[in-house]
Amino acid sequence: MPILTIVAVILAIWYIAVLPMNIKEVLTQAEREGAEVVPPSAIERRDAGRWGLVFGNLDLIGPSWSSERARLPAPHQIAGELWKSTWVEETTGRRGIVRSGSLSNRSLVYHGGVTLGATLLGFVIGSALGALLAVGIVYNRAMDLSLMPWAIISQTIPIVALAPMIIVVLYSVGLSGLVAKAAISAYLSFFPVVVGMVKGLRSPDAMQMDLLRTYSANASQSFWKLRLPASVPYLFASLKIAVAASLVGAIVGELPVQRGGLGARMLGGSYYGQTEQIWAALLTAAVMAAGLVWLVGWIERRTLRAMGARP
Amino acid sequence: MRRFTEAVGVTIAALTFLPLFMVIAAIALVRAEGDGAYAILWVALMAYIGWQLVDALAGWAEAPFAARFVAPIALGAVVIIGWEAIVRALDVPSVILPPPSQIIATFSANMPTLWADFVQTILKGALSGYVLGCALAFGMAVLVDRYDFLRRGLLPVGNFMAALPIVGTAPILVMWFGFDWQSKAAVVVVMVFFPMLVNIVAGLADTSAMQRDLMRTYSASYWQTLMTLRLPAALPFVFNGLKVSATLALIGAIVAEFFGSPTVGLGFRINASLGQLALDMVWSVIVVAALAGSLLYGFLTMLERWLTFWHPSQRR
Repeated sequence: MPILTIVAVILAIWYIAVLPMNIKEVLTQAEREGAEVVPPSAIERRDAGRWGLVFGNLDLIGPSWSSERARLPAPHQIAGELWKSTWVEETTGRRGIVRSGSLSNRSLVYHGGVTLGATLLGFVIGSALGALLAVGIVYNRAMDLSLMPWAIISQTIPIVALAPMIIVVLYSVGLSGLVAKAAISAYLSFFPVVVGMVKGLRSPDAMQMDLLRTYSANASQSFWKLRLPASVPYLFASLKIAVAASLVGAIVGELPVQRGGLGARMLGGSYYGQTEQIWAALLTAAVMAAGLVWLVGWIERRTLRAMGARP
Repeated sequence: MRRFTEAVGVTIAALTFLPLFMVIAAIALVRAEGDGAYAILWVALMAYIGWQLVDALAGWAEAPFAARFVAPIALGAVVIIGWEAIVRALDVPSVILPPPSQIIATFSANMPTLWADFVQTILKGALSGYVLGCALAFGMAVLVDRYDFLRRGLLPVGNFMAALPIVGTAPILVMWFGFDWQSKAAVVVVMVFFPMLVNIVAGLADTSAMQRDLMRTYSASYWQTLMTLRLPAALPFVFNGLKVSATLALIGAIVAEFFGSPTVGLGFRINASLGQLALDMVWSVIVVAALAGSLLYGFLTMLERWLTFWHPSQRR
């Protein structure tokens, strides 16, 4: 219930904020259509405060909430755009799945799918490599000493900023599209998994390791029966970070190459002033991120329960 | 080689491998021109000797710091010298991967440009947004902590937002605040806010009932408890959040420039240099970003060590 209240408050603030954000464009539009606006000259309006304009033209509140090229579209406009670019586009659009048999390249379902594919491929590759490297680091002192400092330093570097370069370079050696974006996603999900997994594999304390030694367990037994199970909670904690990071990587990776994907939709929207399109793509990305994190959390709960953890 | 280490002892083995490693590194660099296969062979040999060196150092009980410092440097040397040697030996075109020497040359030749970019993106965009975002998150966290309603309502929303690809708000904020650094700072504020909020709230809750009872027996007011007990107790969480969001701030400031910027700034430079296929310049920008990120992180670590000396993770 408090969550609903907060969400309602945020929506209310949003609707109110729409008024001053859009008022100038709306006034210009209304004047062109011949309506009376309060400061009649454009120069006066340019210098006037936005709130003053809102209170001077209270009858234009409705148009502000349905402005075509809004600086800040109202929530219902975004919801409309979302509906239009998913359901309506696919069922009635010329290129939609109903008429042409394949997903329309103007629908968010298609673009979301492109991003999701790159995210998942990169996430799986990055996490698998990260987990393997973590095992190497835990079992080999030389690897630990030489690799761990770099793994930690690399976390402090804004790696996402490299994405356009990686895309262009991979493109020039013949790898394009999915693979290049997945490479960035993999890179971003790699280090959180390494760091978390190393911590997890080291989490059994000396007493537990000693117990295994009294059982004369060999290295592989102590790995499969103690270290790996002990690392699972840590692994899932970092997988949640990693999956969100790989989605960001895939989206940023789509910026330089305009070949579909949510990142491409956002950049296209910002070029052509289509704010609703940006917001719809952003909302799709948000839903996808929440869904992915929820999915990892669900697998985590199932795995921990199967391993005998009590909720 | 392991047998060699065991035969002569760790110290002598380490002292043998170190010069050997350096000689082979020098040979790899010199032989890099021309013969491709040999260069790769030398680099492989260098990696192997480096491996043995670190392995020997790891067992050197009298000087535990030797391994800690030499090992990452050795790996870095293998990567950079290997990169240089292989790129030169195989004649990799510099539009795919420029050698490190060329990157260093470009870096030092373009110092004034890169410094201007650094000031624009890091100092004006990232740092101002970072400070503002952290301060806002701090104020909000105190409110959330004070009022249970906000905690139950705002915290799940904050947790949800912290996992979102907030970079996506960059095009919108650039549209609102214009192309200059203000829009970059706005992106950074939004990106930094939620991770900080979640961390500070978690930190403020991290006092035991016994400690709070003690404050009550002193008849301490809410503000006294906050200032003398709960804020200090929250500091480890605060620093955790500060470190996470330091990287986020740099990412936000740079990525926001991809959506529009004045003709200065690290993100602008990456985009413009990519258009000219001047990859050595792109790599120089990356060096600047990496240095800035590491410096900020190092500064936060030092501050953390100074302020939270009492925490178990800081004790030696």
